Amino acid sequence: MTISADSETKLRYVGRSVTRREGADKLTGRSRYVDDMHVPGALTGRTIRTSIPAGRVRNVRFPDGFPWDEFIVAGPDDLPANEVALITADQPAFVDGIVRHAQEAVLLIAHEDAGLVHEAARAIEIEYERDAGVFGMEQGHVLKQLAIRHGDFEGAFANGDVIFEGEYRTGAQEHVYIETNGFIAWWEGDGVVLHGSHQCPYYVHKAVKHAFALDRDDQVRVTQETTGGGFGGKEEFPSLLAIHSALLSRKAGGRPVRLIYDRAEDMACSTKRHPSLTRIRTACTPEGVFKGVEIDFHIDGGAYVTLSPVVLSRGLLHSGGPYLWPAARMDGYCWFTNSPPYGAFRGFGAPQSEFAIERHLDRLAAKLGICPIELRKRNFLRKGDMLPTSQIVGEEPELERIVERALELSDYRAKQSGYGEGNGRGLGLSVFYHGTGFTGSGEVYLDSVVALEAQADGFVEIQVSSTEIGQGTETVFAQIAAEGLGIDIESIRFRKPETGAVPDSGPTVASRTCSIVGGLVERAARQLREQLAGRDIATASATGPVRAEARYQAPPGLVWNDDTYQGCAYGAYSWGCNVAEVSIDPVTAELRVESMWGIYDIGRVINPVLAIGQVEGGMAQGIGWATCEDVVLKEGAMQNTRVTNYIIPTSADAAELFVEFVEHHNPCGAFGAKGVGEIPLDGPPAAVANAVTFATGKDIAAIPIRPEDLLA
Amino acid sequence: MIVSNAVRYPTYVPATVAEALEQKAGVANLLPIAGGTEVMVMFNEGLLAPCPVQSLHRLAPEWGGIREAEGSLVIGALATYTDVRHHPVVRERYPLLVEAARVTGALQIQNRGTLVGNIVNGSPAADTVPALFAYGAQVRLLSTRGERTVAVTDFYTGYRKTVLRADELISEIVIPPPADGARHYYRKVGTRAAQAISKVVVAGVRGRDSVRLAWGSVGPTTLRTPKTEAAIASGADADEAVATLATEMSPLDDIRSTRDYRLAVSQNLLREFLKRTSPGG
Amino acid sequence: MTIRMTINGRDCTTDANPMTPLLDVLRESCRLTGTKYGCGEGECGACTVIMNDELVMSCLVPVMQAEVATIETVEGLARMADDGAEILHPVQQAFLECGGAQCGICTPGMVMAGVHHLRHPELAPDGLAEALEGNLCRCTGYSAIFRAMERAAEAGRPA
Repeated sequence: MTISADSETKLRYVGRSVTRREGADKLTGRSRYVDDMHVPGALTGRTIRTSIPAGRVRNVRFPDGFPWDEFIVAGPDDLPANEVALITADQPAFVDGIVRHAQEAVLLIAHEDAGLVHEAARAIEIEYERDAGVFGMEQGHVLKQLAIRHGDFEGAFANGDVIFEGEYRTGAQEHVYIETNGFIAWWEGDGVVLHGSHQCPYYVHKAVKHAFALDRDDQVRVTQETTGGGFGGKEEFPSLLAIHSALLSRKAGGRPVRLIYDRAEDMACSTKRHPSLTRIRTACTPEGVFKGVEIDFHIDGGAYVTLSPVVLSRGLLHSGGPYLWPAARMDGYCWFTNSPPYGAFRGFGAPQSEFAIERHLDRLAAKLGICPIELRKRNFLRKGDMLPTSQIVGEEPELERIVERALELSDYRAKQSGYGEGNGRGLGLSVFYHGTGFTGSGEVYLDSVVALEAQADGFVEIQVSSTEIGQGTETVFAQIAAEGLGIDIESIRFRKPETGAVPDSGPTVASRTCSIVGGLVERAARQLREQLAGRDIATASATGPVRAEARYQAPPGLVWNDDTYQGCAYGAYSWGCNVAEVSIDPVTAELRVESMWGIYDIGRVINPVLAIGQVEGGMAQGIGWATCEDVVLKEGAMQNTRVTNYIIPTSADAAELFVEFVEHHNPCGAFGAKGVGEIPLDGPPAAVANAVTFATGKDIAAIPIRPEDLLA
Repeated sequence: MIVSNAVRYPTYVPATVAEALEQKAGVANLLPIAGGTEVMVMFNEGLLAPCPVQSLHRLAPEWGGIREAEGSLVIGALATYTDVRHHPVVRERYPLLVEAARVTGALQIQNRGTLVGNIVNGSPAADTVPALFAYGAQVRLLSTRGERTVAVTDFYTGYRKTVLRADELISEIVIPPPADGARHYYRKVGTRAAQAISKVVVAGVRGRDSVRLAWGSVGPTTLRTPKTEAAIASGADADEAVATLATEMSPLDDIRSTRDYRLAVSQNLLREFLKRTSPGG
Repeated sequence: MTIRMTINGRDCTTDANPMTPLLDVLRESCRLTGTKYGCGEGECGACTVIMNDELVMSCLVPVMQAEVATIETVEGLARMADDGAEILHPVQQAFLECGGAQCGICTPGMVMAGVHHLRHPELAPDGLAEALEGNLCRCTGYSAIFRAMERAAEAGRPA
């Protein structure tokens, strides 16, 4: 857990493990999550859903025995626009004639007696006309297709080098944030007030404003309550709950409505990580020098577009791994199926494609008879190399140093000789990278703004829509602001995100918060420092707050062409290496990840304790996805919708985790920071799979790795 | 987010055993609960059909204890997994019960759940029932009509079906002492290291010339494998025993695992049992 | 039915349906919302409280079984110093310092399990991994929680 950083004594807060600012509130139970809100007179809402994946709703029956006239009932006809606005607005808020997956909202009910609502919800009967659905990739329609072309691809595969191919699969993954989705909504005049658990207040704002066809921005006020985990699962999905709760409230004459999911409902209907299928064909010299790569990367998008095109994009862009490919032909396909829409999940496509390439390289090394580490080293990206999108690597990734440190810490070489099929233990390694922030021109489109405001009571307030969801936003922004302003961190305050009251600093996604939004906070802080001109905060703002805003500007040279898929995909890249050590029980084939090491270059480490927390937590999620987390699908819908049968690791399963950082500062990120939130998911699956192959001799090509498959 | 309507579940809280038995005889469909760790899950998730519920918690003074009687161990209906895990006699003489209680749920569940609840619930995946099968436990059933004792191996008649009559409550479990020098073996194969539902669970006791083996999650009920036991007792080698096992076990595919895995692991477990409990070992 | 309990040292009388889970009574009737719902099936541990010195999942305790019980929740752990400052329980303090809390939703239950473990280590002979196995955390991978618990155990050890 040591930080090997260049020493910077001048910095007072950045680089130090400042205590989590809202930590004491969380530890004492004071923090208010949406379900903790006491809202007198609130009704309890519930969603009535489809139970077939494809077809039409013929009839809805309200059986006798319930006082239906006391219930608020709402459906598509009550909504001015039956659409959830996101990239496109193809997803309806309610089934609109055609059923496209088995968890769609048909209607909503609400009543003041919560017990009665739940009982009534179970009693409502829906009659259908069934259609055949499409389940699985490479059938039905393509939702989105992307292509990257680079170098002399035909030539690379034409001259008698070693051609090797493989097919790799990853399963869906459920987020299992421990706080389920929830919103509470009420109307005040012609506007709606929404409190909820979510990552992106302005996404919710946009969707609600659109669905209710409201004219003015101030007619929708979205506040983020303390949020009990997101991991991408509360990026786009909460917009649907927000629309639903607002609609029930409007039908109830503006009375507050609580729409909080129970666990089974949440797991059944909410988004998951996209399942993937990757086919890789590589050409290299017998010595293992890469000549070219062909990748077909498929993901299951589910029934609606949601964020799938950008998940596909990030997955495809990362699919070659951190290696020099002189020629590449990469094709991405996202498929429409009759599953509930798959959505954002930490890593956003990259963990899927990087699993495939990192597993492929171990298999290729075996074919070539070369050590898999050596094979990687011969092909690592270096400063000045060109990525398949023509982006030139602008910094020295130092992947050899990162890998050597991982090998040293894990004692890899010494252990290696004693492990294998004989004793059921194995070691595996993966190397990976992750682009910081939105892809291509995404950050330009976002046009993020942050504000810092010096106020009369002597505090400087940070105003952003970037949310604290456990990763430490409030704390690292306070560190960055205090550092930039040159004031005590105790004088920094974080404004609770509320649309209208804070500027739109973009969504809390894509490893962008600390680095990119934090960079804006740094700029605003330096600017405010000039405006204050040495005066103390209270004096300077005695006649009114002193405000500084910073707006995103693309770094010079960051040019991206959406049509050709060429240019700079990301302004900065984080790099890393994992080593996994696994054991396989000889009697039961139970797989245990004993330890995992992770060496990461995430640029400047703003807060070591928080950064380690991000990385360790992500590694554990990646290990879970590779081993025990198995979304069992039947006709596209998750069957194991409980935490008793969707298995995430417990403390007794936890691998021992060892994390170190090397720092190469990003000139465009906050004090040199790069993305940290997602890269931890990229490496563990392949490291574990490579270790399992080492331990068992079985050629692992898919995750999760089940004991059932190992014993077969 | 509890999704049941509590008013549909009238409750009964008897203060004495006699009162409890009268309620059980007089109220149709009365569902008794001890710690509630099974029933409340169903209730919370809206999966429990409305019914009257009888909470036995006030009977703890009579039914809460673990004691010895005439050389046998007597586990009261309200004794929890935690009570079992830490009871000195259980720890000394019934190690399978200690291990089975340890791997049932987490500490929070072990503090509330009871062995009798585990029996009555009737799940073929129950973790303590194979241990009780292996030890030849008896259950004592009370009603206003009287008392009867049933071997736990005779308690189940099918998937979640038991011989328990509508007016009966289980008052206690009686477990005879294991033979001197007997060797004990227990292993649960779950979906993860803790808080798991079993894919296969096995308990075995091997005496000088007797073997008892009981399996969970491989059939509609916890089951014994008498042919395998007989083969081992008559000196069959491991390959023969494993082959015999396959003839008297037909597990199913389900959400947690597969038939093939369950059978293969059961056979591996049997080999491990034979090795660990080998008289010469 | 009327339920009498002692919650965090204070007498509490409340009227509730006997089948209502203790969790709901704490959160809705007593307005002690520090204890969280996570799954309703006794698996995630977010609702963990100490009842009569035993660790329980409050979502699985029908409140009728909590009659005259002594309940400890996360709200009862910290103390107030003479100067009004909050003094966290050593487990809370160690979680704060070691990064044991991230999103915070599992934290109250996890902290209660940790507090109980320091009181009764003998109940989890396999140590921390066993003591906390009933509390799912999705943020930390448990490492920071283990570090926090080790620090809390240090802090609680007589010098």
